[in-house]
Amino acid sequence: MRYQPLNLGRWVLWSATAIVFVVAPLMFTESFALTLLIQMGTMIIFALSYNMLLGQGGMLSFGHAVYSGLGAYITVHALNLVGKGAFYIPVPLLPLVGGLAGLVFGVLFGYVTTRRAGTTFAMISLGIGEMVYACVLMFPGFFGGEAGISTNRVVGQPYLGLSFGPAIQVYYLVALWCFVCIAAMFALTQTPLGRMANAVRDNPERAEFVGYNTQHVRFLQLALSAFFAGVAGGLSCINFEIVSAENVSAIRSGGVLLATFIGGVPFFFGPILGAVVFIFFVVALSGFTKAWLLYLGLFFLVMVLYAPGGIASLLLMQIPVIRARRFGELAAPYVAAFAAALLALAGLIGIVEMVYRLSEQGARTELALLGFAFDARDLAPWIAFGAILAAGLAALRRATRWLGARWSSIQQDLLARQP
Amino acid sequence: MEFFLVQALNGISYGLLLFMLSSGLTLVFSLMGVLNFAHASFYMLGAYFAYQVSVKIGFWPALVLAPVLVGAVGMLVERWGLRKVHRFGHVAELLFTFGLAYLIEEAVHLVWGRLAVESPVPPELDGPLFHIMGSQYPIYRGFMMLVSVAMLVSIWLALTRTRIGLVIQASLTHPQTVEALGHNVPRVFMLVFGGGAALAGLAGVIGGNAFVTEPGMAAAVGPIIFVIVVVGGMGSLAGAFIASLLIGCMQTFAVSLDWSLGGITIAQAAPVLPYLLMVLMLILRPRGLMGTRDG
Repeated sequence: MRYQPLNLGRWVLWSATAIVFVVAPLMFTESFALTLLIQMGTMIIFALSYNMLLGQGGMLSFGHAVYSGLGAYITVHALNLVGKGAFYIPVPLLPLVGGLAGLVFGVLFGYVTTRRAGTTFAMISLGIGEMVYACVLMFPGFFGGEAGISTNRVVGQPYLGLSFGPAIQVYYLVALWCFVCIAAMFALTQTPLGRMANAVRDNPERAEFVGYNTQHVRFLQLALSAFFAGVAGGLSCINFEIVSAENVSAIRSGGVLLATFIGGVPFFFGPILGAVVFIFFVVALSGFTKAWLLYLGLFFLVMVLYAPGGIASLLLMQIPVIRARRFGELAAPYVAAFAAALLALAGLIGIVEMVYRLSEQGARTELALLGFAFDARDLAPWIAFGAILAAGLAALRRATRWLGARWSSIQQDLLARQP
Repeated sequence: MEFFLVQALNGISYGLLLFMLSSGLTLVFSLMGVLNFAHASFYMLGAYFAYQVSVKIGFWPALVLAPVLVGAVGMLVERWGLRKVHRFGHVAELLFTFGLAYLIEEAVHLVWGRLAVESPVPPELDGPLFHIMGSQYPIYRGFMMLVSVAMLVSIWLALTRTRIGLVIQASLTHPQTVEALGHNVPRVFMLVFGGGAALAGLAGVIGGNAFVTEPGMAAAVGPIIFVIVVVGGMGSLAGAFIASLLIGCMQTFAVSLDWSLGGITIAQAAPVLPYLLMVLMLILRPRGLMGTRDG
């Protein structure tokens, strides 16, 4: 053990996280907000477990939902057996069952997938994901086919006075598991395995020369990541009380990749932000428009093109500027760029919604955006929204140039000041 | 015997279609190191463009126009998207094409709806080609084989016998030297990416009529062509060819067999077979059929 002084910042950060978990449902009391928070908690665990592969191990997986989904299936069967009185596991410990199931499948599939790294690993993980999905549909006896398996989380005697019927109790269960898992996954990054995973990601050849078997490191990292994914699956099973083929599908695997990347792969806390944004997109935005996946996909592409470090990197980039007390100079271009982006977005949304209304049979072609009513069959709104989009993009270009110029001058000053 | 012959022909024509897809993927991968996740989406775009052109003009113009349009889309994607993420590395490129696949699928949802569109086989190609022992073989299957073989031969000729093909081959191994000789290597990459997309588009024109043109068609065939590339060996055209025919025949035979194995018929297990083959291949021979040894 090396000597470490008390890291005050770290203690403050972890305590603040715990407080946010405790206080969040008190601030947003509507039942909709509570379901949103529960799903965010589950997604945070799932995205962080995914980042153990992509961020820390350099393994791009297209089949991570396999582990969470199969964990959820095992959990739902365990819960049903508990309900029948076959054996007794208190409900709060059920996610552990899901986690262990995830671990077992992680060991099983990881043995095959981690034989290769890089692009080949990505393709193999996709193949494994499709294989499991096809198998789930093939054995309706165990997996319940398309409809899935439903359950009831209120079983047996209340545990410590908690029946887990009300959503608020489920929230605190998810919050507790989420906090424990975040802490555990962070602790894992500090272990020799976590460090070696980074080394294997950055330079597998050197890692081999130091005497580590890269395949073995990848395998361990994947198995542990599958454990946490299984915990997330178990929690989602308790929350939704149903597990279906969709839980192991490519849609889920893609979703966790999107969430993690949008949040920020290079940083431990990035996926937490990503999960919050992603659930907001999935749950909140899908209520407003059927084109929400298109917007999510566009957002993802913009992040890949312009901010490969995700939201987390965009936030962290500001810290040195704020420390140097120069953030005020950036405020004006930021506001301008934000306004221009909003303008372009408004034009885009108008066009996308009109295309959608025209193509779907039986949909009403009259729509109203921001209080303006119009008909998608007329030409005028197309010209108007096209003009708004073009003007927004042109303004965005100018604003980002302005921002870029100020940004680089500040960076130069900061560099010059360094000894 | 008759069953076997018809199934074998069907399997080969399906396998050739798969090879039209996997060859484009392999070419782009071996030239640019980019695994194009959106390759199957270009296949779907080809089918939808062909549907749109067929409705307006007819099938034969669609056969030419749709691949050209898809190729143009591919070039735009390379020029304004892939080239920008290139500096962030291969994972970023893969992620970009992954996001693109999302986007194309959603765009198809928006423009053409969520249901399958009507794309019948043109009347000239509808009907039996010949009879084998009482059962008839459709002309369209023969047409599929003809187009795929013609395409493969012309690619091979273009790559080995023409000037541009030689430049492409040289850019594959010695990009700096080719650039020093005055060729625009980024433009070569753009052409190759667009060409790969056009190949997928052509497969889409044919596959869309033979099977069904629907928004799920990319997701249905995408994983299979990845399996083919892994089984055949990354970046190997010959390996992709063998694996395509193997998987095409395997799928076709499996679907029509009702031998039971532990309560599940082989037909029910058909969707899993390619993936099982991939897993077996990875355990026994991790580099694939014709692949070279690498990490």
